[in-house]
Amino acid sequence: MTDMSVPATSDRTKPLDRARALAAFKLGDSTFYWLTRVSALIVLCLLGGIIISLIVGAWPAIKTFGLEFLVTRRWAPQLSPSPVLGALGPLYGTVVTSLIAMLIAVPVGIGIAIFLTEFCPPMLRRPVGVAIELLAGIPSIIYGMWGFFVLAPFMTEHFMPAVIATFAHVPVLNVIFAGPPSYLSLFNASLVLAIMILPFITAISRDVFQTVPPMLKESAYGLGCTTWEVVKNVVIPFTRAGVIGGIMLALGRALGETMAVTFIIGNSFQISGSIFSPGTTISAAIASEFAEADGVHMSALILLGLLLFVLTFFVLAAARLMLARLQRQQGK
Amino acid sequence: MNPLYVARARKDKIIRLLCISAAAFGLLWLGLILFTLISKGFAGLSLAVFTEMTPPPGSKSGGLANAIMGSIMMTLIGVGVGTPIGMLAGTYLAEYGRHEKLSFYVRFINDILLSAPSIVIGLFVYGAVVVPMGGFSGFAGSLALAVIVIPVVVRTTEDMLLLVPNQLREAAAALGLPRSLVIRRIAFKAARTGLITGILLATARVAGETAPLLFTALSNQFWNVNLMKTMANLPVTINNFVQSPYDYWRQLAWTGALLITLAVLALNVIARLLGTERKSK
Repeated sequence: MTDMSVPATSDRTKPLDRARALAAFKLGDSTFYWLTRVSALIVLCLLGGIIISLIVGAWPAIKTFGLEFLVTRRWAPQLSPSPVLGALGPLYGTVVTSLIAMLIAVPVGIGIAIFLTEFCPPMLRRPVGVAIELLAGIPSIIYGMWGFFVLAPFMTEHFMPAVIATFAHVPVLNVIFAGPPSYLSLFNASLVLAIMILPFITAISRDVFQTVPPMLKESAYGLGCTTWEVVKNVVIPFTRAGVIGGIMLALGRALGETMAVTFIIGNSFQISGSIFSPGTTISAAIASEFAEADGVHMSALILLGLLLFVLTFFVLAAARLMLARLQRQQGK
Repeated sequence: MNPLYVARARKDKIIRLLCISAAAFGLLWLGLILFTLISKGFAGLSLAVFTEMTPPPGSKSGGLANAIMGSIMMTLIGVGVGTPIGMLAGTYLAEYGRHEKLSFYVRFINDILLSAPSIVIGLFVYGAVVVPMGGFSGFAGSLALAVIVIPVVVRTTEDMLLLVPNQLREAAAALGLPRSLVIRRIAFKAARTGLITGILLATARVAGETAPLLFTALSNQFWNVNLMKTMANLPVTINNFVQSPYDYWRQLAWTGALLITLAVLALNVIARLLGTERKSK
């Protein structure tokens, strides 16, 4: 199939040449083997390197604040003689924005996946699928910019006042949706996050739904099931592990996303019950304070990064285990 | 008709409607984002964008030439450094250690790195390269991008090599070809389009990365091709210009955003076309 410029050992070559060629092969063989093996080890070392480098960078902050860091609400880097820094605000913001984003993106993403695999006319299937995948390829800073200039003003002027007025007299909800509306808010950030992770959820769910053997679906149709009943009783139970894995993967992305939220979250370390008020996430705090930080402040930001990495590590590990289970189930 | 049937049919219709509206909702965002980008970005597109340097605050002229150059350089170096390591590691996983314990761990860790937050990668390179070297540099930025490229290339290389039928390898081995040459001359060649697709996708992924460059390459107002100094790049320039009070800066940010998006989408489309070509063969 290809031109083989291997020094061929034909009858005309002398035994000595043959031995030399074989030795060269042997050397080339083991060199290549070790090159690939070392590269594989480099991948392992990368993870180790990330963890060690973050721990070293975060050490001054770990020594100063200890476990208090996790439960302190105050973030006062300018305080003298010693700054008080706590991760509770960014942690709260990270969890809340990711949760809201998932609440919006999971049903919609799975809905689109069901549409693509079950309801969509075959002619539209490819273009719509490709469009959704292109949405996944747009760099996150573009989402952030667009959220800052287009989405946030629209939401703040039209959507938020209506919601605040609607729930003004409903207990609990009037705290969650308390005013005044703000351009820079947890809600706007969550919405941009939701739009960003939507294509991931859709793409993974669609791929997972396509692994259902047609025979199973056809049997259900043969029994007289409607399309929705087939989806609910055959497709989703069959692919549950994979769908949950895909959702966790998207959650991992939402937790660590930086540029899409930094512009519109407001970088406020206050914890407020209202999702319409400004807040911050771990990654937004790091991105917006890093340039001015030094000493223990810088170290605290790196510690925040370490927390984020640990958090996403567990989410992603769980996601991968779930997806691996699905693959085993397929007998791959 | 039996009321039960009517109810089931109605439920099916409602769900169908919901799914269609979900798809419309998703496509709506894509349309809106592209529309904003094109309408705002094209307005500022001119020759000056490609020939002039990023302007100082308040200036009414200037372009993105240094940022475009920096982005291209760092992306190419990042992909250039990350691709060989990623390909070799992927080759190990698919060819040598397919069932080894080591491969199991490498695969797992690689999948984690694949979706690790890019800001953490930035902090890692800041601690491992920027601090020891005593300053921000384009070199550190390229390394940060390489760290993001590696897992993407490992994954696609392994997947593509696994698609190569074993008979090809066996036939080559039966002719007396040593293992490393079977891999390099036969398996790589058979998987070539797939491998190129993977590299293109990795390039698309890092071309728009912003967070890791904030702590590594920083930015630079001037023309600079020296890797040891801070280097301008499109994403960080956009990041700095978006939140500024100057209209001209914001306009440049939109234009830069349009350029990045077009580049990334083009890479994605080329990769996809290559992919379908392979399938139709």
